[in-house]
Amino acid sequence: MMKKKGKSYLINFALVAVLFVVLQVLISSGVINRYYNGILMLVGINVILAVSLNLATGFLGQLVLGHAGFMAVGAYTAALFTLNSSLPEGLALVVGMVLGGLVAAVFSAVIGIPALRLRGDYIAILTLGFGEIIRVLLNSLEFTGGAKGLNGIPAYTTFPSVFIVAALTVYIIYAFINSRHGRAVIAIREDEIAAESAGIHTTYYKMLAFILSAFFAGVAGALYANYIGVLAPAKFDFNYSVEILLMVVMGGMGSITGSIVAAVVLTFLPELLRGFSDYRMLIYSAILIAIMLFKPTGLLGQQEFSLAGLAKRGKRWFAKRKKGKEGA
Amino acid sequence: MSEMLRVKDLHVYYDAIHAIKGVSFDVQEGEIVTLIGANGAGKTTILQAISGLLKPKEGEIDFLGENLLALPAHTIVRRGVAQVPEGRRIFSQLTVQENLEMGAFSRKDTRNFSKDYEMIFEHLPRLKERRKQMAGTLSGGEQQMLAIGRALMSKPKMLLLDEPSMGLSPILVQEIFHIIENVNKTGMTVLLVEQNAKMALKIASRAYVLETGKIAMSGDAGELAKDPKVQEAYLGG
Repeated sequence: MMKKKGKSYLINFALVAVLFVVLQVLISSGVINRYYNGILMLVGINVILAVSLNLATGFLGQLVLGHAGFMAVGAYTAALFTLNSSLPEGLALVVGMVLGGLVAAVFSAVIGIPALRLRGDYIAILTLGFGEIIRVLLNSLEFTGGAKGLNGIPAYTTFPSVFIVAALTVYIIYAFINSRHGRAVIAIREDEIAAESAGIHTTYYKMLAFILSAFFAGVAGALYANYIGVLAPAKFDFNYSVEILLMVVMGGMGSITGSIVAAVVLTFLPELLRGFSDYRMLIYSAILIAIMLFKPTGLLGQQEFSLAGLAKRGKRWFAKRKKGKEGA
Repeated sequence: MSEMLRVKDLHVYYDAIHAIKGVSFDVQEGEIVTLIGANGAGKTTILQAISGLLKPKEGEIDFLGENLLALPAHTIVRRGVAQVPEGRRIFSQLTVQENLEMGAFSRKDTRNFSKDYEMIFEHLPRLKERRKQMAGTLSGGEQQMLAIGRALMSKPKMLLLDEPSMGLSPILVQEIFHIIENVNKTGMTVLLVEQNAKMALKIASRAYVLETGKIAMSGDAGELAKDPKVQEAYLGG
Protein backbone atom coordinates (compact mmCIF):
# COMPACT_ATOMS: atom_id res chain seq x y z
CA MET A 1 0.00 0.00 0.00
CA MET A 2 2.72 2.40 1.11
CA LYS A 3 4.89 1.41 -1.83
CA LYS A 4 2.12 2.05 -4.33
CA LYS A 5 1.59 5.52 -2.92
CA GLY A 6 5.31 6.25 -3.12
CA LYS A 7 5.38 5.11 -6.73
CA SER A 8 2.50 7.30 -7.78
CA TYR A 9 4.10 10.27 -6.00
CA LEU A 10 7.30 9.58 -7.93
CA ILE A 11 5.49 9.41 -11.28
CA ASN A 12 3.67 12.66 -10.56
CA PHE A 13 6.89 14.32 -9.50
CA ALA A 14 8.60 13.21 -12.71
CA LEU A 15 5.71 14.52 -14.81
CA VAL A 16 5.70 17.88 -13.09
CA ALA A 17 9.47 18.11 -13.60
CA VAL A 18 9.09 17.28 -17.32
CA LEU A 19 6.35 19.89 -17.68
CA PHE A 20 8.60 22.43 -15.99
CA VAL A 21 11.58 21.67 -18.24
CA VAL A 22 9.43 21.81 -21.39
CA LEU A 23 7.90 25.15 -20.44
CA GLN A 24 11.27 26.52 -19.39
CA VAL A 25 12.87 25.50 -22.71
CA LEU A 26 9.98 27.02 -24.66
CA ILE A 27 10.35 30.26 -22.70
CA SER A 28 14.09 30.57 -23.06
CA SER A 29 13.96 29.68 -26.77
CA GLY A 30 11.37 32.39 -27.27
CA VAL A 31 8.55 30.12 -28.48
CA ILE A 32 6.54 31.36 -25.49
CA ASN A 33 6.86 35.11 -25.69
CA ARG A 34 6.96 37.53 -22.77
CA TYR A 35 3.23 38.12 -22.90
CA TYR A 36 2.40 34.44 -22.55
CA ASN A 37 5.18 34.00 -20.01
CA GLY A 38 3.36 36.58 -17.91
CA ILE A 39 0.08 34.74 -18.30
CA LEU A 40 1.74 31.50 -17.28
CA MET A 41 2.87 33.17 -14.05
CA LEU A 42 -0.69 34.38 -13.42
CA VAL A 43 -1.89 30.83 -14.04
CA GLY A 44 0.51 29.59 -11.36
CA ILE A 45 -0.63 32.25 -8.90
CA ASN A 46 -4.28 31.44 -9.56
CA VAL A 47 -3.58 27.72 -9.10
CA ILE A 48 -2.21 28.50 -5.62
CA LEU A 49 -5.26 30.64 -4.83
CA ALA A 50 -7.79 28.11 -6.12
CA VAL A 51 -6.22 25.07 -4.49
CA SER A 52 -5.85 26.85 -1.16
CA LEU A 53 -9.44 28.10 -1.26
CA ASN A 54 -10.56 24.57 -2.07
CA LEU A 55 -9.05 23.44 1.21
CA ALA A 56 -11.32 25.79 3.17
CA THR A 57 -14.41 25.65 0.97
CA GLY A 58 -14.26 22.26 -0.72
CA PHE A 59 -12.74 20.05 1.95
CA LEU A 60 -13.65 21.85 5.16
CA GLY A 61 -16.98 23.00 3.73
CA GLN A 62 -16.77 26.59 4.98
CA LEU A 63 -17.76 29.19 2.42
CA VAL A 64 -14.97 31.78 2.29
CA LEU A 65 -15.90 34.98 0.47
CA GLY A 66 -12.76 36.99 1.15
CA HIS A 67 -9.88 35.00 -0.27
CA ALA A 68 -8.71 38.07 -2.22
CA GLY A 69 -8.46 39.87 1.13
CA PHE A 70 -5.93 37.34 2.44
CA MET A 71 -4.10 37.61 -0.86
CA ALA A 72 -4.03 41.41 -0.51
CA VAL A 73 -2.58 41.16 2.99
CA GLY A 74 0.17 38.88 1.69
CA ALA A 75 0.79 41.04 -1.37
CA TYR A 76 1.17 44.29 0.59
CA THR A 77 3.31 42.64 3.26
CA ALA A 78 5.69 41.21 0.67
CA ALA A 79 5.72 44.42 -1.35
CA LEU A 80 6.60 46.55 1.67
CA PHE A 81 9.28 44.06 2.63
CA THR A 82 10.93 43.79 -0.78
CA LEU A 83 10.75 47.57 -1.27
CA ASN A 84 12.69 48.12 1.94
CA SER A 85 15.05 45.17 2.08
CA SER A 86 18.57 44.87 0.82
CA LEU A 87 18.61 41.08 0.68
CA PRO A 88 19.61 39.39 -2.58
CA GLU A 89 16.78 38.89 -5.08
CA GLY A 90 15.90 35.24 -4.52
CA LEU A 91 16.16 35.37 -0.75
CA ALA A 92 14.10 38.55 -0.59
CA LEU A 93 11.31 36.85 -2.54
CA VAL A 94 11.35 33.79 -0.29
CA VAL A 95 11.30 35.88 2.88
CA GLY A 96 8.57 38.07 1.36
CA MET A 97 6.44 35.00 0.62
CA VAL A 98 6.88 33.55 4.09
CA LEU A 99 6.09 36.90 5.71
CA GLY A 100 3.10 37.45 3.42
CA GLY A 101 1.78 34.00 4.23
CA LEU A 102 2.31 34.41 7.96
CA VAL A 103 0.60 37.80 8.16
CA ALA A 104 -2.36 36.44 6.17
CA ALA A 105 -2.44 33.47 8.55
CA VAL A 106 -2.54 35.79 11.57
CA PHE A 107 -5.48 37.69 10.08
CA SER A 108 -7.32 34.44 9.37
CA ALA A 109 -6.75 33.31 12.96
CA VAL A 110 -8.27 36.54 14.25
CA ILE A 111 -11.35 35.99 12.10
CA GLY A 112 -11.47 32.27 12.68
CA ILE A 113 -11.34 32.21 16.47
CA PRO A 114 -14.78 33.76 16.98
CA ALA A 115 -16.42 32.25 13.88
CA LEU A 116 -15.12 28.70 13.80
CA ARG A 117 -15.84 27.89 17.42
CA LEU A 118 -19.51 27.88 16.55
CA ARG A 119 -21.32 25.34 14.43
CA GLY A 120 -22.65 26.99 11.32
CA ASP A 121 -21.80 29.24 8.40
CA TYR A 122 -20.65 32.35 10.18
CA ILE A 123 -17.34 32.37 8.35
CA ALA A 124 -18.99 33.35 5.03
CA ILE A 125 -20.29 36.63 6.43
CA LEU A 126 -17.12 37.37 8.38
CA THR A 127 -14.77 36.78 5.45
CA LEU A 128 -17.04 38.83 3.20
CA GLY A 129 -16.75 41.70 5.66
CA PHE A 130 -13.02 41.13 6.10
CA GLY A 131 -12.35 41.37 2.34
CA GLU A 132 -14.11 44.72 2.16
CA ILE A 133 -12.50 46.08 5.34
CA ILE A 134 -9.04 45.21 4.05
CA ARG A 135 -9.71 46.97 0.78
CA VAL A 136 -10.98 50.08 2.54
CA LEU A 137 -8.06 50.07 4.96
CA LEU A 138 -5.52 49.73 2.14
CA ASN A 139 -7.24 52.66 0.48
CA SER A 140 -7.00 54.93 3.49
CA LEU A 141 -3.76 53.96 5.22
CA GLU A 142 -0.70 56.00 4.48
CA PHE A 143 2.01 53.35 4.48
CA THR A 144 0.12 51.27 1.90
CA GLY A 145 0.05 54.21 -0.50
CA GLY A 146 -3.69 54.86 -0.28
CA ALA A 147 -5.74 54.55 -3.44
CA LYS A 148 -2.66 54.99 -5.60
CA GLY A 149 -1.14 51.93 -4.03
CA LEU A 150 2.48 50.89 -4.11
CA ASN A 151 4.75 51.37 -7.11
CA GLY A 152 8.12 50.10 -8.19
CA ILE A 153 7.94 46.81 -6.34
CA PRO A 154 10.99 44.85 -7.50
CA ALA A 155 10.09 42.21 -10.10
CA TYR A 156 11.62 39.25 -8.32
CA THR A 157 8.96 36.75 -9.32
CA THR A 158 10.08 34.54 -12.17
CA PHE A 159 8.40 31.67 -13.95
CA PRO A 160 10.47 29.02 -12.12
CA SER A 161 9.65 30.53 -8.73
CA VAL A 162 5.91 30.57 -9.46
CA PHE A 163 6.00 27.05 -10.84
CA ILE A 164 7.91 25.62 -7.90
CA VAL A 165 5.76 27.35 -5.29
CA ALA A 166 2.55 26.28 -7.05
CA ALA A 167 3.75 22.67 -7.25
CA LEU A 168 4.79 22.77 -3.61
CA THR A 169 1.42 24.20 -2.57
CA VAL A 170 -0.45 21.49 -4.44
CA TYR A 171 1.77 18.83 -2.91
CA ILE A 172 1.39 20.14 0.65
CA ILE A 173 -2.39 20.49 0.43
CA TYR A 174 -2.75 17.10 -1.25
CA ALA A 175 -0.60 15.44 1.42
CA PHE A 176 -2.57 17.23 4.15
CA ILE A 177 -5.93 16.10 2.78
CA ASN A 178 -4.76 12.50 2.51
CA SER A 179 -3.41 12.42 6.03
CA ARG A 180 -5.26 11.64 9.23
CA HIS A 181 -5.72 15.39 9.71
CA GLY A 182 -7.27 15.74 6.28
CA ARG A 183 -9.65 12.90 7.02
CA ALA A 184 -10.74 14.77 10.14
CA VAL A 185 -11.35 17.93 8.08
CA ILE A 186 -13.51 15.99 5.61
CA ALA A 187 -15.41 14.35 8.46
CA ILE A 188 -16.25 17.80 9.83
CA ARG A 189 -17.63 18.79 6.42
CA GLU A 190 -19.70 15.62 6.32
CA ASP A 191 -21.22 16.02 9.77
CA GLU A 192 -19.83 18.26 12.43
CA ILE A 193 -21.73 16.74 15.35
CA ALA A 194 -20.77 13.22 14.35
CA ALA A 195 -17.16 14.32 13.99
CA GLU A 196 -17.26 15.81 17.45
CA SER A 197 -18.73 12.68 18.96
CA ALA A 198 -16.09 10.60 17.17
CA GLY A 199 -13.48 12.42 19.21
CA ILE A 200 -12.31 14.99 16.66
CA HIS A 201 -11.35 18.36 18.08
CA THR A 202 -13.52 20.23 15.57
CA THR A 203 -12.49 23.79 16.43
CA TYR A 204 -8.82 22.89 16.13
CA TYR A 205 -9.16 21.23 12.74
CA LYS A 206 -11.40 23.97 11.37
CA MET A 207 -8.85 26.56 12.43
CA LEU A 208 -5.97 24.52 11.04
CA ALA A 209 -7.52 24.16 7.57
CA PHE A 210 -8.73 27.76 7.46
CA ILE A 211 -5.36 29.21 8.52
CA LEU A 212 -3.46 26.96 6.11
CA SER A 213 -5.76 28.13 3.33
CA ALA A 214 -5.16 31.80 4.17
CA PHE A 215 -1.42 31.24 4.46
CA PHE A 216 -1.18 30.06 0.86
CA ALA A 217 -3.39 32.93 -0.30
CA GLY A 218 -0.84 35.25 1.31
CA VAL A 219 2.00 33.44 -0.47
CA ALA A 220 0.16 33.84 -3.78
CA GLY A 221 -0.26 37.54 -2.99
CA ALA A 222 3.48 37.89 -2.41
CA LEU A 223 4.26 36.27 -5.76
CA TYR A 224 1.69 38.51 -7.42
CA ALA A 225 3.11 41.71 -5.90
CA ASN A 226 6.63 40.92 -7.09
CA TYR A 227 5.34 39.93 -10.50
CA ILE A 228 3.08 42.85 -11.31
CA GLY A 229 5.22 45.55 -9.67
CA VAL A 230 2.26 47.82 -8.80
CA LEU A 231 -0.38 47.21 -6.18
CA ALA A 232 -3.68 49.05 -5.95
CA PRO A 233 -6.44 48.19 -3.46
CA ALA A 234 -9.06 48.09 -6.22
CA LYS A 235 -7.56 44.85 -7.56
CA PHE A 236 -8.52 42.93 -4.42
CA ASP A 237 -12.24 43.57 -4.46
CA PHE A 238 -15.15 41.22 -3.90
CA ASN A 239 -15.20 40.32 -7.60
CA TYR A 240 -11.74 38.85 -7.36
CA SER A 241 -12.75 36.71 -4.36
CA VAL A 242 -15.69 35.47 -6.39
CA GLU A 243 -13.42 34.74 -9.35
CA ILE A 244 -11.28 32.47 -7.18
CA LEU A 245 -14.39 30.86 -5.71
CA LEU A 246 -15.60 30.29 -9.25
CA MET A 247 -12.44 28.34 -10.05
CA VAL A 248 -13.10 26.10 -7.05
CA VAL A 249 -16.77 25.57 -7.87
CA MET A 250 -16.10 25.01 -11.55
CA GLY A 251 -13.29 22.54 -10.91
CA GLY A 252 -15.26 20.67 -8.29
CA MET A 253 -15.38 21.35 -4.56
CA GLY A 254 -13.12 18.77 -3.04
CA SER A 255 -11.02 18.07 -6.14
CA ILE A 256 -7.52 19.52 -6.18
CA THR A 257 -6.88 18.60 -9.79
CA GLY A 258 -10.24 20.14 -10.66
CA SER A 259 -9.13 23.43 -9.13
CA ILE A 260 -5.90 23.33 -11.13
CA VAL A 261 -7.73 22.71 -14.40
CA ALA A 262 -10.26 25.45 -13.67
CA ALA A 263 -7.55 27.92 -12.67
CA VAL A 264 -5.71 27.29 -15.93
CA VAL A 265 -8.85 27.58 -18.04
CA LEU A 266 -10.24 30.63 -16.27
CA THR A 267 -6.92 32.48 -16.47
CA PHE A 268 -6.45 31.83 -20.18
CA LEU A 269 -10.08 32.34 -21.13
CA PRO A 270 -10.23 36.09 -20.47
CA GLU A 271 -6.96 36.52 -22.33
CA LEU A 272 -8.36 34.68 -25.32
CA LEU A 273 -11.51 36.77 -25.01
CA ARG A 274 -9.56 40.04 -24.85
CA GLY A 275 -11.72 41.41 -27.64
CA PHE A 276 -14.85 41.05 -25.53
CA SER A 277 -13.31 41.87 -22.19
CA ASP A 278 -16.35 43.99 -21.33
CA TYR A 279 -18.47 40.86 -21.37
CA ARG A 280 -16.07 38.80 -19.31
CA MET A 281 -18.21 38.70 -16.19
CA LEU A 282 -21.23 37.95 -18.35
CA ILE A 283 -19.48 34.95 -19.88
CA TYR A 284 -18.28 33.89 -16.45
CA SER A 285 -21.76 33.88 -15.05
CA ALA A 286 -23.06 32.03 -18.10
CA ILE A 287 -20.39 29.35 -17.57
CA LEU A 288 -21.21 29.09 -13.89
CA ILE A 289 -24.91 28.70 -14.57
CA ALA A 290 -24.22 26.11 -17.26
CA ILE A 291 -22.03 24.08 -14.91
CA MET A 292 -24.56 24.27 -12.11
CA LEU A 293 -27.22 23.04 -14.52
CA PHE A 294 -25.32 20.24 -16.21
CA LYS A 295 -22.71 19.22 -13.64
CA PRO A 296 -23.60 20.63 -10.24
CA THR A 297 -20.61 19.01 -8.55
CA GLY A 298 -18.13 20.81 -10.84
CA LEU A 299 -15.99 19.44 -13.65
CA LEU A 300 -14.31 16.73 -11.60
CA GLY A 301 -16.72 16.51 -8.69
CA GLN A 302 -14.75 15.10 -5.80
CA GLN A 303 -12.56 12.92 -8.01
CA GLU A 304 -8.88 13.45 -8.54
CA PHE A 305 -7.35 12.98 -11.95
CA SER A 306 -4.33 10.71 -11.73
CA LEU A 307 -2.32 8.66 -14.18
CA ALA A 308 -2.57 5.62 -11.94
CA GLY A 309 -6.35 5.96 -11.95
CA LEU A 310 -6.37 6.41 -15.70
CA ALA A 311 -4.19 3.34 -16.19
CA LYS A 312 -6.51 1.32 -13.98
CA ARG A 313 -9.53 2.46 -15.91
CA GLY A 314 -7.79 1.76 -19.22
CA LYS A 315 -6.87 -1.73 -18.10
CA ARG A 316 -10.42 -2.44 -17.04
CA TRP A 317 -11.72 -1.16 -20.36
CA PHE A 318 -9.34 -3.36 -22.33
CA ALA A 319 -10.15 -6.35 -20.18
CA LYS A 320 -13.84 -5.80 -20.83
CA ARG A 321 -13.28 -5.52 -24.58
CA LYS A 322 -11.20 -8.65 -24.62
CA LYS A 323 -13.85 -10.51 -22.72
CA GLY A 324 -16.49 -9.26 -25.13
CA LYS A 325 -14.49 -10.48 -28.12
CA GLU A 326 -13.86 -13.87 -26.61
CA GLY A 327 -17.55 -14.19 -25.90
CA ALA A 328 -18.46 -13.35 -29.51
CA MET B 1 -20.70 -4.23 40.08
CA SER B 2 -19.17 -0.85 40.48
CA GLU B 3 -20.53 2.53 39.58
CA MET B 4 -19.56 3.88 36.19
CA LEU B 5 -21.65 6.97 35.66
CA ARG B 6 -23.47 9.16 38.13
CA VAL B 7 -25.57 12.11 37.05
CA LYS B 8 -26.64 14.35 39.89
CA ASP B 9 -29.24 17.12 39.85
CA LEU B 10 -28.68 18.01 36.19
CA HIS B 11 -30.22 21.23 34.85
CA VAL B 12 -30.03 22.15 31.16
CA TYR B 13 -31.45 25.28 29.60
CA TYR B 14 -32.02 26.16 25.94
CA ASP B 15 -31.87 29.94 26.36
CA ALA B 16 -34.84 30.64 28.61
CA ILE B 17 -36.37 27.19 28.33
CA HIS B 18 -35.68 24.95 31.28
CA ALA B 19 -35.36 21.60 29.45
CA ILE B 20 -33.89 19.34 32.13
CA LYS B 21 -35.10 20.07 35.62
CA GLY B 22 -32.86 18.32 38.08
CA VAL B 23 -32.33 14.80 36.79
CA SER B 24 -30.31 12.26 38.77
CA PHE B 25 -29.49 8.69 37.82
CA ASP B 26 -26.64 6.22 37.76
CA VAL B 27 -25.26 3.47 35.54
CA GLN B 28 -23.37 0.48 36.96
CA GLU B 29 -20.62 -1.31 35.10
CA GLY B 30 -21.85 -3.94 32.66
CA GLU B 31 -25.49 -2.82 32.73
CA ILE B 32 -27.89 -1.74 30.05
CA VAL B 33 -29.76 1.23 31.46
CA THR B 34 -32.47 2.86 29.42
CA LEU B 35 -34.04 6.30 29.55
CA ILE B 36 -37.51 6.15 28.06
CA GLY B 37 -40.01 8.89 27.51
CA ALA B 38 -42.07 10.76 24.96
CA ASN B 39 -40.89 13.24 22.38
CA GLY B 40 -39.42 16.31 23.99
CA ALA B 41 -39.00 14.74 27.40
CA GLY B 42 -35.28 15.59 27.29
CA LYS B 43 -33.72 12.22 26.59
CA THR B 44 -31.37 13.39 23.84
CA THR B 45 -30.46 16.50 25.83
CA ILE B 46 -29.25 14.34 28.70
CA LEU B 47 -27.07 12.24 26.39
CA GLN B 48 -25.61 15.33 24.76
CA ALA B 49 -24.79 16.74 28.16
CA ILE B 50 -22.92 13.55 29.04
CA SER B 51 -20.97 13.47 25.78
CA GLY B 52 -20.12 17.16 26.01
CA LEU B 53 -22.06 18.39 22.99
CA LEU B 54 -24.10 20.60 25.32
CA LYS B 55 -23.02 22.39 28.45
CA PRO B 56 -25.49 22.07 31.33
CA LYS B 57 -26.05 24.99 33.65
CA GLU B 58 -26.00 23.05 36.89
CA GLY B 59 -25.35 19.57 38.14
CA GLU B 60 -22.71 16.92 38.21
CA ILE B 61 -21.76 14.22 35.74
CA ASP B 62 -19.24 11.80 37.21
CA PHE B 63 -17.68 9.15 35.03
CA LEU B 64 -15.37 6.74 36.87
CA GLY B 65 -14.75 9.39 39.47
CA GLU B 66 -13.99 12.21 37.03
CA ASN B 67 -16.20 15.22 36.43
CA LEU B 68 -17.10 15.28 32.72
CA LEU B 69 -18.60 18.77 32.84
CA ALA B 70 -15.17 20.35 32.73
CA LEU B 71 -14.12 18.46 29.59
CA PRO B 72 -14.74 19.20 25.88
CA ALA B 73 -16.46 16.57 23.71
CA HIS B 74 -13.32 15.23 22.03
CA THR B 75 -11.65 14.61 25.38
CA ILE B 76 -14.72 12.85 26.75
CA VAL B 77 -14.42 10.32 23.91
CA ARG B 78 -10.85 9.71 24.99
CA ARG B 79 -12.03 9.01 28.54
CA GLY B 80 -14.12 6.13 27.21
CA VAL B 81 -17.60 7.48 26.51
CA ALA B 82 -18.74 6.98 22.92
CA GLN B 83 -22.00 8.34 21.60
CA VAL B 84 -24.02 6.97 18.70
CA PRO B 85 -25.87 10.14 17.74
CA GLU B 86 -29.56 10.32 16.96
CA GLY B 87 -30.40 9.89 13.29
CA ARG B 88 -27.20 7.93 12.67
CA ARG B 89 -25.07 10.79 11.28
CA ILE B 90 -22.52 8.73 9.42
CA PHE B 91 -19.98 10.36 7.09
CA SER B 92 -21.81 9.64 3.86
CA GLN B 93 -19.00 10.60 1.45
CA LEU B 94 -16.50 8.32 3.17
CA THR B 95 -16.38 4.54 2.77
CA VAL B 96 -17.54 2.15 5.48
CA GLN B 97 -13.93 1.41 6.35
CA GLU B 98 -13.03 5.10 6.54
CA ASN B 99 -16.02 5.73 8.79
CA LEU B 100 -14.74 3.09 11.16
CA GLU B 101 -11.28 4.63 11.01
CA MET B 102 -12.75 7.99 11.99
CA GLY B 103 -14.28 6.31 15.03
CA ALA B 104 -10.79 5.37 16.12
CA PHE B 105 -9.56 8.93 15.67
CA SER B 106 -8.84 9.44 19.33
CA ARG B 107 -6.70 6.30 19.55
CA LYS B 108 -2.98 6.11 19.13
CA ASP B 109 -2.56 2.32 18.87
CA THR B 110 -3.10 2.03 15.11
CA ARG B 111 -1.52 -1.42 15.18
CA ASN B 112 -4.56 -3.01 16.81
CA PHE B 113 -7.05 -1.66 14.28
CA SER B 114 -7.30 -4.74 12.11
CA LYS B 115 -8.10 -6.87 15.15
CA ASP B 116 -10.84 -4.44 16.14
CA TYR B 117 -12.30 -4.43 12.64
CA GLU B 118 -12.65 -8.19 12.91
CA MET B 119 -14.33 -7.81 16.30
CA ILE B 120 -16.75 -5.25 14.88
CA PHE B 121 -17.47 -7.27 11.76
CA GLU B 122 -18.26 -10.21 14.01
CA HIS B 123 -21.01 -8.15 15.62
CA LEU B 124 -22.00 -6.50 12.35
CA PRO B 125 -21.34 -9.00 9.55
CA ARG B 126 -23.34 -6.96 7.06
CA LEU B 127 -20.74 -4.20 7.11
CA LYS B 128 -17.95 -6.56 6.16
CA GLU B 129 -19.25 -7.08 2.63
CA ARG B 130 -19.62 -3.35 2.23
CA ARG B 131 -16.24 -2.22 3.51
CA LYS B 132 -15.27 -0.29 0.40
CA GLN B 133 -18.73 1.11 -0.26
CA MET B 134 -19.65 4.78 0.28
CA ALA B 135 -21.49 4.95 3.60
CA GLY B 136 -24.20 7.13 2.07
CA THR B 137 -25.29 4.24 -0.16
CA LEU B 138 -26.06 1.95 2.79
CA SER B 139 -29.62 1.23 3.87
CA GLY B 140 -30.95 2.82 7.04
CA GLY B 141 -30.35 -0.28 9.13
CA GLU B 142 -26.82 -0.68 7.84
CA GLN B 143 -26.11 2.98 8.53
CA GLN B 144 -27.26 2.46 12.11
CA MET B 145 -24.96 -0.54 12.38
CA LEU B 146 -22.11 1.52 10.99
CA ALA B 147 -22.77 4.28 13.53
CA ILE B 148 -22.58 1.67 16.30
CA GLY B 149 -19.41 0.19 14.79
CA ARG B 150 -17.85 3.63 14.54
CA ALA B 151 -18.54 4.28 18.21
CA LEU B 152 -17.10 0.89 19.17
CA MET B 153 -13.88 1.67 17.28
CA SER B 154 -12.99 4.25 19.93
CA LYS B 155 -12.78 1.33 22.41
CA PRO B 156 -15.22 2.91 24.84
CA LYS B 157 -15.98 1.80 28.35
CA MET B 158 -19.55 3.01 27.95
CA LEU B 159 -21.74 3.30 24.87
CA LEU B 160 -24.40 6.01 24.63
CA LEU B 161 -27.11 5.09 22.13
CA ASP B 162 -29.57 7.74 21.02
CA GLU B 163 -32.75 6.31 19.48
CA PRO B 164 -31.16 3.46 17.55
CA SER B 165 -34.60 2.27 16.41
CA MET B 166 -35.49 5.56 14.73
CA GLY B 167 -36.87 5.16 11.24
CA LEU B 168 -36.23 1.43 11.00
CA SER B 169 -38.61 -1.40 10.16
CA PRO B 170 -39.67 -3.71 13.03
CA ILE B 171 -37.42 -6.52 11.81
CA LEU B 172 -34.40 -4.24 11.66
CA VAL B 173 -35.23 -2.83 15.10
CA GLN B 174 -35.10 -6.38 16.44
CA GLU B 175 -31.77 -6.94 14.71
CA ILE B 176 -30.27 -3.72 16.07
CA PHE B 177 -31.44 -4.52 19.61
CA HIS B 178 -30.02 -7.99 19.27
CA ILE B 179 -26.67 -6.42 18.33
CA ILE B 180 -26.84 -4.11 21.35
CA GLU B 181 -27.49 -7.10 23.62
CA ASN B 182 -24.53 -8.96 22.11
CA VAL B 183 -22.22 -6.00 22.51
CA ASN B 184 -23.36 -5.72 26.13
CA LYS B 185 -22.57 -9.40 26.69
CA THR B 186 -18.93 -8.70 25.84
CA GLY B 187 -18.86 -6.46 28.91
CA MET B 188 -19.85 -3.13 27.39
CA THR B 189 -21.87 -0.80 29.58
CA VAL B 190 -24.77 0.74 27.65
CA LEU B 191 -26.92 3.79 28.26
CA LEU B 192 -29.84 3.58 25.85
CA VAL B 193 -32.27 6.37 25.05
CA GLU B 194 -35.42 5.15 23.35
CA GLN B 195 -38.95 6.03 22.37
CA ASN B 196 -39.59 2.40 21.60
CA ALA B 197 -40.11 1.60 25.27
CA LYS B 198 -41.21 -1.97 24.65
CA MET B 199 -37.96 -3.02 23.02
CA ALA B 200 -35.82 -0.96 25.36
CA LEU B 201 -37.39 -2.45 28.50
CA LYS B 202 -36.92 -5.92 27.08
CA ILE B 203 -33.12 -5.72 26.89
CA ALA B 204 -32.39 -3.28 29.72
CA SER B 205 -31.70 -4.24 33.31
CA ARG B 206 -32.89 -0.94 34.75
CA ALA B 207 -34.91 1.95 33.39
CA TYR B 208 -35.75 5.58 34.11
CA VAL B 209 -38.95 7.13 32.80
CA LEU B 210 -38.52 10.74 31.81
CA GLU B 211 -41.40 13.20 31.69
CA THR B 212 -40.87 16.83 30.63
CA GLY B 213 -37.39 17.11 32.01
CA LYS B 214 -37.89 15.16 35.24
CA ILE B 215 -37.61 11.52 36.17
CA ALA B 216 -41.13 10.27 36.85
CA MET B 217 -40.37 6.63 37.65
CA SER B 218 -37.40 4.35 37.88
CA GLY B 219 -36.57 0.79 38.70
CA ASP B 220 -36.07 -2.70 37.38
CA ALA B 221 -36.85 -2.80 33.66
CA GLY B 222 -38.95 -5.96 33.88
CA GLU B 223 -41.08 -4.54 36.69
CA LEU B 224 -41.56 -1.20 34.97
CA ALA B 225 -42.77 -3.05 31.88
CA LYS B 226 -45.55 -4.55 34.02
CA ASP B 227 -46.45 -1.27 35.73
CA PRO B 228 -49.96 -0.22 34.64
CA LYS B 229 -49.01 3.46 34.39
CA VAL B 230 -46.06 2.72 32.11
CA GLN B 231 -48.13 0.31 30.08
CA GLU B 232 -50.79 2.90 29.50
CA ALA B 233 -48.46 5.75 28.67
CA TYR B 234 -45.68 4.05 26.70
CA LEU B 235 -46.59 0.51 25.80
CA GLY B 236 -49.94 1.12 24.17
CA GLY B 237 -52.11 -0.25 27.00
